[in-house]
Amino acid sequence: MGDWGGYLSLILQGALVTAKLTVMGCALALVVAFIAGLGRVSRFAAIRWLATAYIEFFRGTSIFVQLFWVYFVLPFAGVTLEPIQAGIMALGLNVGAYAAEVVRGAILSVPRDQYEACIAVNLTRFQRMRHVIFPQALPLMLPTFGNNAIELLKGTAVVSLISLHDMTFQAQVVRAQTGSTLIPFATILVLYFLMALALSRAIRMIETRITRGLDGVR
Amino acid sequence: MTDPIIRIDNLVKSFGTFKVLDGLSFDVMPGEKLALIGPSGSGKTTILRILMTLESISDGHIEICGDQLYHMQRNGREVPADEAHLHKMRSHIGMVFQHFNLFPHKSVLENITLAPILTKGTPRAKAEARAMELLEMVGLADKADARPAQLSGGQKQRVAIARALALQPRIMLFDEVTSALDPELVEEVLLVMKRLAAETDMTMLLVTHEMGFAHEFADRVLFFDKGRIVEQGPPEQIFSNPREERTQSFLRKIIAAGHRV
Ligand SMILES: Nc1ncnc2c1ncn2[C@@H]1O[C@H](COP(=O)(O)OP(=O)(O)OP(=O)(O)O)[C@@H](O)[C@H]1O
Ligand SMILES: [Mg+2]
Repeated sequence: MGDWGGYLSLILQGALVTAKLTVMGCALALVVAFIAGLGRVSRFAAIRWLATAYIEFFRGTSIFVQLFWVYFVLPFAGVTLEPIQAGIMALGLNVGAYAAEVVRGAILSVPRDQYEACIAVNLTRFQRMRHVIFPQALPLMLPTFGNNAIELLKGTAVVSLISLHDMTFQAQVVRAQTGSTLIPFATILVLYFLMALALSRAIRMIETRITRGLDGVR
Repeated sequence: MTDPIIRIDNLVKSFGTFKVLDGLSFDVMPGEKLALIGPSGSGKTTILRILMTLESISDGHIEICGDQLYHMQRNGREVPADEAHLHKMRSHIGMVFQHFNLFPHKSVLENITLAPILTKGTPRAKAEARAMELLEMVGLADKADARPAQLSGGQKQRVAIARALALQPRIMLFDEVTSALDPELVEEVLLVMKRLAAETDMTMLLVTHEMGFAHEFADRVLFFDKGRIVEQGPPEQIFSNPREERTQSFLRKIIAAGHRV
Protein backbone atom coordinates (compact mmCIF):
# COMPACT_ATOMS: atom_id res chain seq x y z
CA MET A 1 0.00 0.00 0.00
CA GLY A 2 1.05 3.54 -0.31
CA ASP A 3 0.89 5.19 -3.67
CA TRP A 4 -2.62 6.60 -3.36
CA GLY A 5 -1.85 9.30 -5.86
CA GLY A 6 -1.08 6.65 -8.47
CA TYR A 7 -4.23 4.73 -7.66
CA LEU A 8 -6.32 7.86 -7.86
CA SER A 9 -4.94 8.66 -11.28
CA LEU A 10 -5.80 5.11 -12.33
CA ILE A 11 -9.40 5.70 -11.27
CA LEU A 12 -9.46 9.08 -12.99
CA GLN A 13 -8.26 7.45 -16.21
CA GLY A 14 -11.20 5.12 -15.80
CA ALA A 15 -13.47 8.08 -15.21
CA LEU A 16 -12.36 9.48 -18.53
CA VAL A 17 -13.31 6.25 -20.30
CA THR A 18 -16.66 6.26 -18.50
CA ALA A 19 -17.27 9.88 -19.47
CA LYS A 20 -16.36 9.19 -23.07
CA LEU A 21 -18.67 6.17 -23.22
CA THR A 22 -21.45 8.23 -21.69
CA VAL A 23 -21.12 11.23 -23.97
CA MET A 24 -20.67 9.25 -27.17
CA GLY A 25 -23.26 6.69 -26.14
CA CYS A 26 -25.77 9.46 -25.45
CA ALA A 27 -25.04 11.05 -28.82
CA LEU A 28 -25.64 7.75 -30.58
CA ALA A 29 -28.72 7.03 -28.46
CA LEU A 30 -30.15 10.42 -29.37
CA VAL A 31 -29.69 9.93 -33.10
CA VAL A 32 -31.08 6.41 -32.95
CA ALA A 33 -33.98 7.52 -30.75
CA PHE A 34 -35.08 10.17 -33.24
CA ILE A 35 -34.78 7.82 -36.19
CA ALA A 36 -36.60 4.94 -34.50
CA GLY A 37 -39.08 7.19 -32.70
CA LEU A 38 -40.07 8.93 -35.93
CA GLY A 39 -40.04 5.53 -37.64
CA ARG A 40 -42.62 4.33 -35.12
CA VAL A 41 -45.06 7.01 -36.23
CA SER A 42 -44.26 6.73 -39.94
CA ARG A 43 -47.13 6.29 -42.37
CA PHE A 44 -45.23 3.41 -43.99
CA ALA A 45 -45.96 0.09 -42.36
CA ALA A 46 -42.56 -1.36 -43.25
CA ILE A 47 -40.73 1.48 -41.49
CA ARG A 48 -43.00 1.21 -38.46
CA TRP A 49 -42.34 -2.49 -38.35
CA LEU A 50 -38.58 -2.07 -38.56
CA ALA A 51 -38.55 0.56 -35.83
CA THR A 52 -40.74 -1.58 -33.61
CA ALA A 53 -38.55 -4.63 -34.15
CA TYR A 54 -35.44 -2.66 -33.19
CA ILE A 55 -37.05 -1.18 -30.10
CA GLU A 56 -38.56 -4.42 -28.86
CA PHE A 57 -35.35 -6.32 -29.44
CA PHE A 58 -33.12 -3.91 -27.58
CA ARG A 59 -35.56 -3.39 -24.74
CA GLY A 60 -36.26 -7.08 -24.44
CA THR A 61 -32.68 -8.32 -24.12
CA SER A 62 -30.08 -7.28 -21.60
CA ILE A 63 -27.34 -4.77 -22.29
CA PHE A 64 -24.89 -7.38 -21.05
CA VAL A 65 -25.82 -9.82 -23.80
CA GLN A 66 -25.98 -7.04 -26.40
CA LEU A 67 -22.48 -5.93 -25.57
CA PHE A 68 -21.25 -9.49 -25.82
CA TRP A 69 -22.79 -9.83 -29.24
CA VAL A 70 -21.48 -6.56 -30.56
CA TYR A 71 -17.96 -7.30 -29.42
CA PHE A 72 -17.55 -11.07 -29.72
CA VAL A 73 -20.10 -12.17 -32.29
CA LEU A 74 -20.09 -9.36 -34.86
CA PRO A 75 -16.46 -10.16 -35.83
CA PHE A 76 -17.74 -13.48 -37.21
CA ALA A 77 -19.89 -11.40 -39.54
CA GLY A 78 -16.81 -9.48 -40.56
CA VAL A 79 -17.42 -6.46 -38.34
CA THR A 80 -14.64 -5.97 -35.85
CA LEU A 81 -14.94 -3.05 -33.47
CA GLU A 82 -12.54 -1.52 -31.00
CA PRO A 83 -13.70 -2.17 -27.45
CA ILE A 84 -14.64 1.49 -27.01
CA GLN A 85 -16.62 1.47 -30.26
CA ALA A 86 -18.38 -1.70 -29.24
CA GLY A 87 -19.19 -0.19 -25.87
CA ILE A 88 -20.58 2.99 -27.39
CA MET A 89 -22.58 1.03 -29.90
CA ALA A 90 -24.15 -1.34 -27.39
CA LEU A 91 -24.96 1.44 -24.93
CA GLY A 92 -26.25 3.79 -27.63
CA LEU A 93 -28.46 1.19 -29.26
CA ASN A 94 -29.77 -0.06 -25.95
CA VAL A 95 -30.67 3.30 -24.46
CA GLY A 96 -31.72 4.59 -27.88
CA ALA A 97 -34.48 1.98 -27.90
CA TYR A 98 -35.92 3.34 -24.67
CA ALA A 99 -35.53 6.92 -25.79
CA ALA A 100 -37.24 6.12 -29.11
CA GLU A 101 -40.40 5.32 -27.19
CA VAL A 102 -40.07 8.70 -25.48
CA VAL A 103 -39.83 10.41 -28.87
CA ARG A 104 -42.87 8.54 -30.11
CA GLY A 105 -44.92 9.30 -27.00
CA ALA A 106 -44.07 13.00 -27.13
CA ILE A 107 -44.97 13.28 -30.80
CA LEU A 108 -48.27 11.50 -30.28
CA SER A 109 -49.12 13.76 -27.36
CA VAL A 110 -49.16 16.89 -29.53
CA PRO A 111 -52.89 17.56 -29.93
CA ARG A 112 -54.68 16.61 -33.14
CA ASP A 113 -55.72 20.23 -33.46
CA GLN A 114 -52.18 21.10 -34.39
CA TYR A 115 -52.08 18.62 -37.27
CA GLU A 116 -55.36 19.97 -38.53
CA ALA A 117 -54.14 23.55 -38.35
CA CYS A 118 -51.11 22.48 -40.39
CA ILE A 119 -53.32 20.93 -43.06
CA ALA A 120 -55.49 24.03 -43.14
CA VAL A 121 -52.45 26.20 -43.88
CA ASN A 122 -51.30 23.59 -46.37
CA LEU A 123 -47.97 22.58 -44.88
CA THR A 124 -46.46 19.42 -46.33
CA ARG A 125 -46.04 16.37 -44.12
CA PHE A 126 -42.39 17.16 -43.59
CA GLN A 127 -43.08 20.82 -42.80
CA ARG A 128 -45.76 19.82 -40.31
CA MET A 129 -43.31 17.67 -38.40
CA ARG A 130 -40.36 19.99 -38.73
CA HIS A 131 -42.04 23.30 -37.86
CA VAL A 132 -45.04 22.47 -35.75
CA ILE A 133 -45.18 18.99 -34.24
CA PHE A 134 -41.55 18.32 -33.40
CA PRO A 135 -40.83 21.68 -31.75
CA GLN A 136 -43.79 21.11 -29.47
CA ALA A 137 -42.84 17.52 -28.75
CA LEU A 138 -39.19 18.22 -27.94
CA PRO A 139 -39.72 19.94 -24.59
CA LEU A 140 -41.80 16.95 -23.51
CA MET A 141 -38.97 14.54 -24.31
CA LEU A 142 -36.19 16.27 -22.43
CA PRO A 143 -36.93 15.31 -18.82
CA THR A 144 -37.14 11.64 -19.73
CA PHE A 145 -34.07 11.96 -21.93
CA GLY A 146 -32.29 13.10 -18.77
CA ASN A 147 -33.28 9.88 -17.03
CA ASN A 148 -32.20 7.87 -20.07
CA ALA A 149 -28.80 9.56 -20.06
CA ILE A 150 -28.26 8.70 -16.41
CA GLU A 151 -29.33 5.11 -17.08
CA LEU A 152 -26.72 5.02 -19.79
CA LEU A 153 -24.05 6.35 -17.45
CA LYS A 154 -24.86 3.63 -14.95
CA GLY A 155 -24.88 1.06 -17.73
CA THR A 156 -21.31 1.88 -18.71
CA ALA A 157 -20.04 -0.34 -15.90
CA VAL A 158 -20.79 -3.46 -17.94
CA VAL A 159 -18.08 -2.67 -20.48
CA SER A 160 -15.36 -4.17 -18.33
CA LEU A 161 -16.76 -7.39 -19.83
CA ILE A 162 -14.93 -6.53 -23.04
CA SER A 163 -11.78 -5.42 -21.23
CA LEU A 164 -12.48 -1.72 -21.37
CA HIS A 165 -10.82 0.06 -18.48
CA ASP A 166 -13.69 2.16 -17.28
CA MET A 167 -14.11 3.56 -13.80
CA THR A 168 -15.58 0.43 -12.24
CA PHE A 169 -12.89 -1.73 -13.81
CA GLN A 170 -10.15 0.51 -12.42
CA ALA A 171 -11.71 0.45 -8.98
CA GLN A 172 -11.52 -3.34 -9.10
CA VAL A 173 -7.86 -3.08 -10.06
CA VAL A 174 -7.15 -0.77 -7.17
CA ARG A 175 -9.03 -3.04 -4.85
CA ALA A 176 -7.02 -6.06 -5.98
CA GLN A 177 -3.75 -4.22 -5.57
CA THR A 178 -4.43 -2.53 -2.26
CA GLY A 179 -6.84 -4.91 -0.63
CA SER A 180 -9.01 -1.94 0.23
CA THR A 181 -12.58 -2.04 -0.99
CA LEU A 182 -13.86 1.01 0.78
CA ILE A 183 -11.53 3.65 -0.61
CA PRO A 184 -11.71 2.89 -4.35
CA PHE A 185 -15.42 2.22 -4.28
CA ALA A 186 -16.20 5.27 -2.19
CA THR A 187 -14.20 7.27 -4.71
CA ILE A 188 -16.08 5.99 -7.73
CA LEU A 189 -19.38 6.34 -5.88
CA VAL A 190 -18.70 10.03 -5.57
CA LEU A 191 -17.45 10.27 -9.14
CA TYR A 192 -20.50 8.51 -10.60
CA PHE A 193 -22.71 10.75 -8.57
CA LEU A 194 -20.93 13.88 -9.76
CA MET A 195 -21.18 12.75 -13.37
CA ALA A 196 -24.89 12.05 -13.01
CA LEU A 197 -25.32 15.45 -11.44
CA ALA A 198 -23.47 17.12 -14.30
CA LEU A 199 -25.64 15.23 -16.78
CA SER A 200 -28.92 16.24 -15.26
CA ARG A 201 -27.71 19.82 -14.90
CA ALA A 202 -26.75 19.89 -18.55
CA ILE A 203 -30.13 18.51 -19.60
CA ARG A 204 -31.93 20.98 -17.40
CA MET A 205 -29.97 23.80 -18.99
CA ILE A 206 -30.94 22.63 -22.46
CA GLU A 207 -34.50 22.33 -21.25
CA THR A 208 -34.72 25.91 -19.99
CA ARG A 209 -33.10 27.05 -23.16
CA ILE A 210 -35.53 25.25 -25.42
CA THR A 211 -38.62 26.09 -23.42
CA ARG A 212 -37.64 29.72 -22.92
CA GLY A 213 -40.46 31.90 -24.11
CA LEU A 214 -42.67 28.86 -24.34
CA ASP A 215 -44.34 29.44 -20.99
CA GLY A 216 -48.00 28.80 -21.04
CA VAL A 217 -47.76 26.57 -24.08
CA ARG A 218 -49.37 23.82 -22.09
CA MET B 1 -73.14 32.56 -66.24
CA THR B 2 -70.10 31.97 -64.09
CA ASP B 3 -69.40 28.48 -62.86
CA PRO B 4 -69.79 27.53 -59.21
CA ILE B 5 -66.57 27.64 -57.21
CA ILE B 6 -67.72 24.70 -55.11
CA ARG B 7 -69.83 21.87 -56.45
CA ILE B 8 -70.87 19.19 -54.04
CA ASP B 9 -72.42 16.24 -55.80
CA ASN B 10 -74.07 13.35 -54.05
CA LEU B 11 -71.70 13.50 -51.12
CA VAL B 12 -71.88 10.62 -48.65
CA LYS B 13 -70.00 10.49 -45.39
CA SER B 14 -70.27 7.66 -42.91
CA PHE B 15 -68.58 7.19 -39.59
CA GLY B 16 -68.69 3.44 -39.24
CA THR B 17 -72.25 2.46 -39.95
CA PHE B 18 -73.55 5.94 -39.17
CA LYS B 19 -74.30 8.01 -42.27
CA VAL B 20 -73.72 11.64 -41.35
CA LEU B 21 -74.16 12.96 -44.89
CA ASP B 22 -76.37 11.01 -47.22
CA GLY B 23 -76.29 12.14 -50.81
CA LEU B 24 -75.75 15.83 -50.19
CA SER B 25 -75.57 18.16 -53.20
CA PHE B 26 -75.21 21.91 -53.45
CA ASP B 27 -73.23 24.53 -55.33
CA VAL B 28 -71.60 27.71 -54.12
CA MET B 29 -70.95 30.63 -56.45
CA PRO B 30 -67.71 32.62 -56.37
CA GLY B 31 -67.89 35.38 -53.79
CA GLU B 32 -70.99 33.98 -52.20
CA LYS B 33 -71.37 34.21 -48.42
CA LEU B 34 -73.07 31.10 -47.22
CA ALA B 35 -74.36 30.38 -43.72
CA LEU B 36 -74.87 26.78 -42.68
CA ILE B 37 -77.27 26.41 -39.78
CA GLY B 38 -79.01 23.50 -38.18
CA PRO B 39 -79.31 21.43 -35.03
CA SER B 40 -76.32 19.91 -33.32
CA GLY B 41 -75.11 16.77 -35.07
CA SER B 42 -76.66 17.67 -38.41
CA GLY B 43 -73.28 17.45 -40.14
CA LYS B 44 -72.33 21.11 -40.56
CA THR B 45 -68.82 20.74 -39.19
CA THR B 46 -68.36 17.55 -41.15
CA ILE B 47 -69.04 19.39 -44.41
CA LEU B 48 -66.42 22.04 -43.65
CA ARG B 49 -63.90 19.43 -42.51
CA ILE B 50 -64.43 17.49 -45.72
CA LEU B 51 -63.87 20.63 -47.77
CA MET B 52 -60.65 21.28 -45.82
CA THR B 53 -59.60 17.64 -46.45
CA LEU B 54 -59.50 16.94 -42.73
CA GLU B 55 -61.97 14.13 -43.23
CA SER B 56 -62.22 11.68 -46.08
CA ILE B 57 -65.41 11.12 -48.04
CA SER B 58 -67.30 7.86 -48.39
CA ASP B 59 -68.84 8.58 -51.77
CA GLY B 60 -69.69 11.35 -54.19
CA HIS B 61 -67.75 14.17 -55.79
CA ILE B 62 -66.59 17.61 -54.83
CA GLU B 63 -65.31 20.13 -57.33
CA ILE B 64 -63.34 23.15 -56.17
CA CYS B 65 -62.32 25.91 -58.59
CA GLY B 66 -63.00 23.60 -61.50
CA ASP B 67 -60.97 20.65 -60.20
CA GLN B 68 -62.01 17.50 -58.43
CA LEU B 69 -61.02 17.66 -54.76
CA TYR B 70 -60.96 13.98 -53.88
CA HIS B 71 -60.37 12.54 -57.34
CA MET B 72 -57.86 12.95 -60.09
CA GLN B 73 -57.27 11.64 -63.56
CA ARG B 74 -54.61 9.06 -64.16
CA ASN B 75 -54.27 7.41 -67.57
CA GLY B 76 -57.70 8.70 -68.44
CA ARG B 77 -59.26 7.07 -65.41
CA GLU B 78 -60.60 8.66 -62.28
CA VAL B 79 -58.64 7.63 -59.20
CA PRO B 80 -58.65 8.80 -55.58
CA ALA B 81 -56.58 11.96 -55.07
CA ASP B 82 -53.07 11.50 -53.74
CA GLU B 83 -51.35 13.76 -51.21
CA ALA B 84 -49.79 15.91 -53.94
CA HIS B 85 -53.20 16.56 -55.46
CA LEU B 86 -54.73 17.37 -52.09
CA HIS B 87 -51.83 19.70 -51.39
CA LYS B 88 -52.50 21.55 -54.62
CA MET B 89 -56.23 21.76 -53.94
CA ARG B 90 -55.79 22.98 -50.37
CA SER B 91 -54.19 26.16 -51.62
CA HIS B 92 -57.67 27.30 -52.66
CA ILE B 93 -59.13 26.86 -49.19
CA GLY B 94 -58.57 28.26 -45.72
CA MET B 95 -60.25 27.44 -42.46
CA VAL B 96 -60.80 29.08 -39.09
CA PHE B 97 -61.48 26.68 -36.25
CA GLN B 98 -63.74 26.87 -33.25
CA HIS B 99 -60.75 26.45 -30.92
CA PHE B 100 -58.37 28.67 -32.93
CA ASN B 101 -55.64 26.01 -33.21
CA LEU B 102 -52.85 28.58 -33.20
CA PHE B 103 -49.27 27.31 -33.02
CA PRO B 104 -48.44 27.86 -29.33
CA HIS B 105 -44.67 27.79 -29.80
CA LYS B 106 -44.68 30.59 -32.36
CA SER B 107 -45.27 34.29 -31.95
CA VAL B 108 -48.39 35.88 -33.38
CA LEU B 109 -46.39 37.17 -36.33
CA GLU B 110 -44.78 33.78 -36.95
CA ASN B 111 -48.16 32.09 -36.80
CA ILE B 112 -49.17 34.22 -39.75
CA THR B 113 -45.94 34.15 -41.76
CA LEU B 114 -45.05 30.48 -41.32
CA ALA B 115 -47.25 29.07 -44.05
CA PRO B 116 -46.73 31.78 -46.70
CA ILE B 117 -42.96 31.44 -46.29
CA LEU B 118 -43.02 27.65 -46.38
CA THR B 119 -45.74 26.89 -48.86
CA LYS B 120 -45.58 29.84 -51.22
CA GLY B 121 -41.93 30.76 -50.90
CA THR B 122 -42.84 34.32 -49.97
CA PRO B 123 -39.69 36.19 -48.86
CA ARG B 124 -39.70 36.70 -45.11
CA ALA B 125 -39.73 40.51 -45.27
CA LYS B 126 -42.68 40.50 -47.61
CA ALA B 127 -44.54 37.90 -45.56
CA GLU B 128 -44.00 39.96 -42.42
CA ALA B 129 -45.16 43.17 -44.04
CA ARG B 130 -48.28 41.41 -45.23
CA ALA B 131 -48.80 39.86 -41.78
CA MET B 132 -48.57 43.30 -40.19
CA GLU B 133 -51.21 44.59 -42.59
CA LEU B 134 -53.47 41.73 -41.61
CA LEU B 135 -52.83 42.30 -37.92
CA GLU B 136 -53.66 45.93 -38.48
CA MET B 137 -56.89 44.87 -40.10
CA VAL B 138 -57.90 42.64 -37.18
CA GLY B 139 -56.76 45.32 -34.72
CA LEU B 140 -53.83 43.46 -33.22
CA ALA B 141 -50.76 45.14 -34.68
CA ASP B 142 -49.42 45.68 -31.15
CA LYS B 143 -49.52 41.93 -30.44
CA ALA B 144 -47.21 40.83 -33.24
CA ASP B 145 -44.53 39.58 -30.85
CA ALA B 146 -46.87 38.07 -28.28
CA ARG B 147 -47.36 34.34 -27.85
CA PRO B 148 -50.85 32.95 -28.36
CA ALA B 149 -50.97 32.05 -24.66
CA GLN B 150 -50.80 35.74 -23.83
CA LEU B 151 -53.93 36.57 -25.83
CA SER B 152 -57.60 36.51 -24.96
CA GLY B 153 -59.87 34.14 -26.85
CA GLY B 154 -61.19 36.89 -29.07
CA GLN B 155 -57.67 38.02 -29.90
CA LYS B 156 -56.61 34.44 -30.62
CA GLN B 157 -59.46 34.01 -33.02
CA ARG B 158 -58.62 37.24 -34.82
CA VAL B 159 -55.04 36.03 -35.21
CA ALA B 160 -56.37 32.74 -36.55
CA ILE B 161 -58.40 34.67 -39.11
CA ALA B 162 -55.32 36.65 -40.12
CA ARG B 163 -53.34 33.41 -40.40
CA ALA B 164 -55.89 31.93 -42.78
CA LEU B 165 -56.10 35.15 -44.81
CA ALA B 166 -52.34 35.34 -45.24
CA LEU B 167 -52.50 32.49 -47.74
CA GLN B 168 -55.10 34.36 -49.79
CA PRO B 169 -57.41 31.42 -50.30
CA ARG B 170 -60.38 31.85 -52.61
CA ILE B 171 -62.61 30.01 -50.18
CA MET B 172 -62.76 30.49 -46.43
CA LEU B 173 -64.44 28.15 -43.99
CA PHE B 174 -65.52 29.32 -40.54
CA ASP B 175 -66.68 26.70 -38.06
CA GLU B 176 -68.46 28.27 -35.10
CA VAL B 177 -65.61 30.67 -34.70
CA THR B 178 -67.22 32.48 -31.78
CA SER B 179 -68.74 29.64 -29.80
CA ALA B 180 -65.63 29.02 -27.69
CA LEU B 181 -65.51 32.68 -26.70
CA ASP B 182 -66.80 34.52 -23.66
CA PRO B 183 -69.90 36.49 -24.67
CA GLU B 184 -68.18 39.86 -24.34
CA LEU B 185 -65.48 38.77 -26.82
CA VAL B 186 -67.84 37.59 -29.53
CA GLU B 187 -68.52 41.01 -30.95
CA GLU B 188 -64.90 41.88 -31.79
CA VAL B 189 -64.56 38.73 -33.87
CA LEU B 190 -67.88 39.19 -35.63
CA LEU B 191 -66.89 42.74 -36.46
CA VAL B 192 -63.76 41.53 -38.22
CA MET B 193 -65.75 38.98 -40.15
CA LYS B 194 -68.38 41.49 -41.22
CA ARG B 195 -65.67 43.74 -42.61
CA LEU B 196 -64.12 40.78 -44.34
CA ALA B 197 -67.43 39.84 -45.90
CA ALA B 198 -68.02 43.38 -47.06
CA GLU B 199 -64.54 44.12 -48.34
CA THR B 200 -63.43 40.93 -50.08
CA ASP B 201 -64.76 38.82 -52.87
CA MET B 202 -63.72 35.65 -51.11
CA THR B 203 -66.22 32.84 -51.01
CA MET B 204 -67.17 32.19 -47.41
CA LEU B 205 -68.89 29.29 -45.72
CA LEU B 206 -69.94 29.97 -42.18
CA VAL B 207 -71.24 27.48 -39.67
CA THR B 208 -72.82 29.31 -36.78
CA HIS B 209 -75.37 29.31 -34.01
CA GLU B 210 -75.44 33.11 -34.07
CA MET B 211 -78.55 33.60 -36.15
CA GLY B 212 -78.38 37.38 -36.01
CA PHE B 213 -74.92 37.27 -37.44
CA ALA B 214 -75.86 34.72 -40.09
CA HIS B 215 -78.67 37.01 -41.11
CA GLU B 216 -76.36 39.96 -41.59
CA PHE B 217 -73.45 38.06 -43.06
CA ALA B 218 -74.96 35.66 -45.52
CA ASP B 219 -76.28 35.93 -49.05
CA ARG B 220 -77.81 32.53 -48.66
CA VAL B 221 -78.66 30.35 -45.71
CA LEU B 222 -78.74 26.56 -45.78
CA PHE B 223 -80.71 24.87 -43.07
CA PHE B 224 -79.46 21.36 -42.38
CA ASP B 225 -81.00 18.50 -40.54
CA LYS B 226 -79.67 14.97 -40.40
CA GLY B 227 -77.11 15.61 -43.11
CA ARG B 228 -79.58 16.97 -45.64
CA ILE B 229 -80.57 20.43 -46.72
CA VAL B 230 -84.09 20.96 -45.48
CA GLU B 231 -84.47 24.48 -46.75
CA GLN B 232 -82.36 27.18 -48.29
CA GLY B 233 -82.77 30.73 -49.41
CA PRO B 234 -81.87 34.33 -48.69
CA PRO B 235 -81.64 35.11 -44.95
CA GLU B 236 -84.86 37.18 -45.02
CA GLN B 237 -86.79 34.16 -46.18
CA ILE B 238 -85.19 31.59 -43.87
CA PHE B 239 -85.35 33.72 -40.74
CA SER B 240 -88.58 35.65 -41.28
CA ASN B 241 -90.55 33.30 -43.41
CA PRO B 242 -89.34 29.73 -43.14
CA ARG B 243 -91.47 27.32 -45.15
CA GLU B 244 -90.47 24.06 -43.57
CA GLU B 245 -91.83 22.94 -40.25
CA ARG B 246 -88.39 21.74 -39.14
CA THR B 247 -86.80 25.10 -39.87
CA GLN B 248 -89.54 26.85 -37.95
CA SER B 249 -89.19 24.65 -34.89
CA PHE B 250 -85.38 24.93 -34.99
CA LEU B 251 -85.58 28.72 -35.04
CA ARG B 252 -88.16 28.73 -32.27
CA LYS B 253 -85.85 26.66 -30.09
CA ILE B 254 -82.90 28.91 -30.85
CA ILE B 255 -84.90 32.00 -29.92
CA ALA B 256 -86.17 30.31 -26.78
CA ALA B 257 -82.54 29.59 -25.89
CA GLY B 258 -81.92 33.33 -25.93
CA HIS B 259 -80.22 33.83 -29.27
CA ARG B 260 -81.00 36.85 -31.35
CA VAL B 261 -82.33 36.39 -34.83
N1 LIG C 1 -64.82 11.45 -36.06
C1 LIG C 1 -66.10 11.07 -35.87
N2 LIG C 1 -66.39 9.81 -35.56
C2 LIG C 1 -67.66 9.41 -35.36
N3 LIG C 1 -68.72 10.23 -35.46
C3 LIG C 1 -68.50 11.50 -35.77
C4 LIG C 1 -67.18 12.00 -35.98
N4 LIG C 1 -67.27 13.31 -36.28
C5 LIG C 1 -68.58 13.62 -36.25
N5 LIG C 1 -69.32 12.53 -35.94
C6 LIG C 1 -70.78 12.51 -35.85
O1 LIG C 1 -71.31 13.05 -37.02
C7 LIG C 1 -72.47 13.81 -36.74
C8 LIG C 1 -72.33 15.18 -37.34
O2 LIG C 1 -71.31 15.86 -36.67
P1 LIG C 1 -70.94 17.36 -36.96
O3 LIG C 1 -69.83 17.71 -36.04
O4 LIG C 1 -70.72 17.55 -38.41
O5 LIG C 1 -72.25 18.10 -36.51
P2 LIG C 1 -72.54 19.65 -36.39
O6 LIG C 1 -73.70 19.91 -37.28
O7 LIG C 1 -71.31 20.42 -36.64
O8 LIG C 1 -72.98 19.78 -34.89
P3 LIG C 1 -72.69 20.94 -33.82
O9 LIG C 1 -73.68 22.01 -34.10
O10 LIG C 1 -72.92 20.29 -32.51
O11 LIG C 1 -71.28 21.37 -34.01
C9 LIG C 1 -72.62 13.82 -35.24
O12 LIG C 1 -73.62 12.87 -34.90
C10 LIG C 1 -71.30 13.37 -34.74
O13 LIG C 1 -71.43 12.64 -33.54
MG1 LIG D 1 -70.03 21.61 -35.43
